[in-house]
Amino acid sequence: MNLSTLNPWILTLTTFLPALGALLIAILPRRDRDIRWFAMAISVITLLLSLHLPFHYGDVPLAGSGSFAYEQNLRWITNPNIHYHIGIDGISLWLVLLTTFLVPFCVLASWKSIRDRVKEFFILLLVLETAMIGVFIALDLFLFYFFWEATLIPMALIIGIFGHQRRVYAAVKFFLYTMIASVFMLAAIIWLYAQSGTFDFTDIQHKIATGAIALPGQTALWLFLGFFVAFAVKVPLFPLHTWLPDAHVEAPTAGSVLLAGVLLKMGTYGLLRFNIGLFPAEAHRNAPWIITLAIIGIVYGALVALVQPNMKKLVAYSSVSHLGFVVLGIYSFTQAGMTGAVYQMLNHGISTGALFLLLGMVYDRRHTYEIKDYGGLATPMPVYATLFLLITLSSIGLPLMNGFVGEFLILSGAFQAKALYGIIAASGVIWSAFYMLWLYQRVFYGTITNPVNTTLHDANLRERCILWPLAALALVMGVFPSFWMNSIDASVASILGAQNGAPSAQALQVTVNTVLK
Amino acid sequence: MPTAADYIRILPEIVLSVWGIIVMFIEPILPEGISRKGLGIFSAFGALVAIAATAYQAQPQFAGFGFGNMLHVDHFSIFFHLVVLLVALATILMSLDYLPFQKIDHGEYYALILLGSVGMCLMSSAVELVLIFIALEISSIASYILAGFRRHAAESAESSMKYFLLGSFATAFFLYGVALLYGATGSTNVFDIAAKLGGAGRIEPLAYVAVALIFTGLGFKVACAPFHIWTPDVYEGAPSPVVAFMSTAPKAAAFAVLIRLVIDTASPHWFWVIWIAAILSMCVGNLGAILQSNVKRMLAYSSIAHAGYLMVAFASASNRELGISAAMFYSAAYAAMNVGAFAVITQMAGSGERFSQIDDYSGLGKRSPMLAAALTFFLLSLIGIPITGGFFAKFYVFSAALRTHLIWLTIIGVANSGMGSYYYLRLIVRMYMYESRNEEPAPKVRFGVAMAIAISLIATLWLGVLPNAVLHYTQGAPTILASH
Repeated sequence: MNLSTLNPWILTLTTFLPALGALLIAILPRRDRDIRWFAMAISVITLLLSLHLPFHYGDVPLAGSGSFAYEQNLRWITNPNIHYHIGIDGISLWLVLLTTFLVPFCVLASWKSIRDRVKEFFILLLVLETAMIGVFIALDLFLFYFFWEATLIPMALIIGIFGHQRRVYAAVKFFLYTMIASVFMLAAIIWLYAQSGTFDFTDIQHKIATGAIALPGQTALWLFLGFFVAFAVKVPLFPLHTWLPDAHVEAPTAGSVLLAGVLLKMGTYGLLRFNIGLFPAEAHRNAPWIITLAIIGIVYGALVALVQPNMKKLVAYSSVSHLGFVVLGIYSFTQAGMTGAVYQMLNHGISTGALFLLLGMVYDRRHTYEIKDYGGLATPMPVYATLFLLITLSSIGLPLMNGFVGEFLILSGAFQAKALYGIIAASGVIWSAFYMLWLYQRVFYGTITNPVNTTLHDANLRERCILWPLAALALVMGVFPSFWMNSIDASVASILGAQNGAPSAQALQVTVNTVLK
Repeated sequence: MPTAADYIRILPEIVLSVWGIIVMFIEPILPEGISRKGLGIFSAFGALVAIAATAYQAQPQFAGFGFGNMLHVDHFSIFFHLVVLLVALATILMSLDYLPFQKIDHGEYYALILLGSVGMCLMSSAVELVLIFIALEISSIASYILAGFRRHAAESAESSMKYFLLGSFATAFFLYGVALLYGATGSTNVFDIAAKLGGAGRIEPLAYVAVALIFTGLGFKVACAPFHIWTPDVYEGAPSPVVAFMSTAPKAAAFAVLIRLVIDTASPHWFWVIWIAAILSMCVGNLGAILQSNVKRMLAYSSIAHAGYLMVAFASASNRELGISAAMFYSAAYAAMNVGAFAVITQMAGSGERFSQIDDYSGLGKRSPMLAAALTFFLLSLIGIPITGGFFAKFYVFSAALRTHLIWLTIIGVANSGMGSYYYLRLIVRMYMYESRNEEPAPKVRFGVAMAIAISLIATLWLGVLPNAVLHYTQGAPTILASH
């Protein structure tokens, strides 16, 4: 069978298979064991389907409406003119894969820790997967908003029903922050439709670029801000980050993994695709203060992470810091910075996702995230300690690990934009080594102070099945970034090319390639 | 002389009246103590026949004026007929087991719903102010009685009394406005008035007074601020299925009248009135709802807020097609989701409606997962989350507003819609994230309520995922409205 015949429908299949699975689980009888296996099967099949994407990415020449592969454009609603228009470029391709890759691990991680209302949990998880993939593939602004809002409910419910003590507070805070911020994006989207008569991303982009949509006075700025606030809350950019530590600490492991791994990337993806894609001039004009916020986030997140007594909160604040890097890279408007930012989105998804999975495993054993309750774990749990170290190294960006590639590219982009940005942001790398290694020292080394910890059993088979692939991928992504870089690079170049004119972008691409070699 | 076609133009009303009168006749013959469920099923059947009659009436040869210039059958009237009749059907279905459970099993209940629907249907097709007034009275009087139907409960009597006193007052305003409008324009026909007021020339100051009085009267019926004070008290005391009915059907009908009047009679003169009423309703409704601890009161304030969103569509009437079609779509979506929410509340109420506090919903997600899931779906639709009709309706209304450059109204609207999500969410949080306080098992979901929930659920989902057909229909309405 020639697999490329799948091309027109592969994205739709990948997107809606989990939702279909959720529907089937809803009718299945309440037998927790069957439901777990079924959810596992669905998420693995989705992963396998999505693996089709990178291997046939170049099948069709990227022509037509832009640089999107696997495009599908069907009329959904006649008036207003809404289309089911989907497609991916080199950026969304990997974000889709990140999503489909993380979900099976989330299912595995929830195998034992979710005991109550298992059926509801897996329904929510699979619905969430569909919505997350949808966000990355939508090329119609209405469709995008549709999926964007659709992620909100399952996530809020996962936190609120299956989370820890202060779960309700965290869930409501998460919901309200995101909901209130996104209605402004809705207003901006509708305004664009009112002016252009279309929701199609490429059409609107074209119309703004050619001046077919009149943006008098400050209109462009307001529209830019309407999108920006929705994405900035999701990223989260300092000072809109306060929902994040609460949500992460209270969420169950799978919730934290998807929150950090995928939902935050929806924010940075939006900044890249829509804020810069639609309003390049405004993005350039506003870059200084956005970069300032990003750099404050990098340093502030790292410093706050340093003093956290709670491991999960520490990792949550480290996300604020890491995502600051991503925003910095995007708004540096350099080929290196943007490519690095996209790569760092994937890295953060893998390393922070893996960190939350690791933390979930000790939580299952001890039911605490307090650092002071641990210490000396390396003795009873050697395999676990090794894997934790690998992931820690990936998170702090040690050379040969994936984090290094991303951070290096972002920093070199930042230096190209303005040396000062690079200098301050680089300090964040040092801080991250500080807080992560200190965490590692306090948890794994030293003598065991609490006798309960001597009896902890090491990572079991299920847990190893979760951790080894993630650790291996972190290493592979550090050693062979070119497999990912080629498609990312081209798409970033086309985004930048639309801004600066093609030649300069090509020139920059040369820099990236030399940097990488 | 009225022709046969004239009678077909009021066929749904005839069907409903006949059915209502038959129910009224059978009720006293039935001995005391015998279940009235049969009468309910008979009435539900009547609503179905009326729906069929509306479908028959929708054929092109029956479009146009009936009985002289008294009423006008068009896309618009048929659309609102269907909304009212489906709401009536769902209400009757959810009442089948509610009434005996509350020990108020009397047949006239069903008759009142059918006869009230006559008024509401007529409101959407009438184009003569006097006929509109009569229709309004028919619909209101039925609602007053229904509100007090839990006759041994003091709060139900209070609800009915308040509704009646304030309602008659509002109707008087309306009537006074009609009289003045006749004085100002020399006609009581909506189209004539539209022609007189809609022209470029100066309009008489008297007409402004008349318009203000009419707006006061109708503003009361649709519960938009500042005429909303009655809503929470009345909704709290009235039986839950009745609230489902009167928060949607008479409202849709009153909005139909407003659409005919506002949009076709000189909308520019109304603009600021509508603009202010819209903003006031959204803010008062959402802020008020946050403070409530009773589910019915909360949904009463939410209905004020939703009247505000609907008013946004009216404010965009400078683009006639879009404004009308958005208002129609919103009415239908609101009817679907609100009836659904109240169907679940009806099921949950317990004898004497004891369980109407938000606390009483704690742990419902565990006690009865299906009910909780259904209520969650309706609440998400009220918030305006994708795949629900509420989302698309809100989206459509705000897109109409932006098309007509009402930027501030839109911004205040979307901000309100974000704010409003809090109180709906609170109920969802209660259902899923709190432990149940009340160990009493929820009463078994009977066929009637299940059907009512299913109808609302399908309607809400359909309007959210495949709104194309309904949108197309509403978009056809304005052109037909104009071609008189």
